[in-house]
Amino acid sequence: MTHRLFPVLYLLLGALFGIILTKAEVISWFRIQEMFRFQAFHMYGIIGSAIAVAAVTRRLLPRPPAPPTLCGETSPAIDERTGRGTRFWLGGAIFGLGWALTGACPGPLFILLGGGVTVMFAALLSALAGTWAYGCLRSRLPH
Amino acid sequence: MLPIALTDTWPWYIAGPLIGLFVPLLQLLGDKQLGISGNLRHLCAALLPGRGDFLRYDWKTTGGWNLLFALGTALGGWIGIHLLGTHQIAISPETRAALGALGLHDLSGLVPREIFSWPALLTPRGFVSVVGGGFLVGFGAAYAGGCTSGHAISGLSNFQLHSLFAVLGFFAGGLLATHLLLPLLF
Repeated sequence: MTHRLFPVLYLLLGALFGIILTKAEVISWFRIQEMFRFQAFHMYGIIGSAIAVAAVTRRLLPRPPAPPTLCGETSPAIDERTGRGTRFWLGGAIFGLGWALTGACPGPLFILLGGGVTVMFAALLSALAGTWAYGCLRSRLPH
Repeated sequence: MLPIALTDTWPWYIAGPLIGLFVPLLQLLGDKQLGISGNLRHLCAALLPGRGDFLRYDWKTTGGWNLLFALGTALGGWIGIHLLGTHQIAISPETRAALGALGLHDLSGLVPREIFSWPALLTPRGFVSVVGGGFLVGFGAAYAGGCTSGHAISGLSNFQLHSLFAVLGFFAGGLLATHLLLPLLF
């Protein structure tokens, strides 16, 4: 696995990402409520157009896309079990419950923290606890 | 002063495509796949690996770039809010009414301070929303192997079927929480 970018460039890319999500209000609990109530197109427009642009542009890349990974890593160093697929819809539903409650998925969590909504630090600690709990329960959960 | 284009809300047709471009950008520049929830795993692996195999891996090599990216997003949040004037949301009237019916009166700011504040953490709805919600986000993203950026944006743009299951799950859970849990909780 090679870091072809100097580390600071990931920081800058992240900052850009954070600015975009902030200016587009993706980080707002109110926007997420609108989304789950189907009372505004905004979030659907963002997610939909992001997927469309990503789908088209990644095909234009000179090299074949990386094999699908589960946590962003490109090295196969982590043992991932795909199982029968239960993990995706069940894990997804659990995630969705939390997403509606916090009004923030992981990206906005970090962004809100940086923006000064300090109580999200409690959300971050809880999220870490949740991830850690999954690690503990993993062998007993259907995948 | 900064041009209106920067300080106003960015419309979906600007923000969405820009977000989508991060997929080929990260792929091209660093052979990386956009997926923020991985950082929760990397942070756990760094701080408290425990005994299972889920958190025992070389988080520095695998996740160092992503942790920097996440740190960057926090910085971006600071810039967006404090320098680029992101403060109020033009919430749709229907949502305003629905939230009012739930007992939320302060609809100013990015997040409702009646729920998201340190004092509110001591209230049932504040605690469940922040701590309960946070836990579910962390657990669910780890279980599903990704969040909105990982499954919806990276996964769906790569036509991964399991990402579609995950996204359908996200929505099922979100709808359940919004329409059944919130009225009970608030």
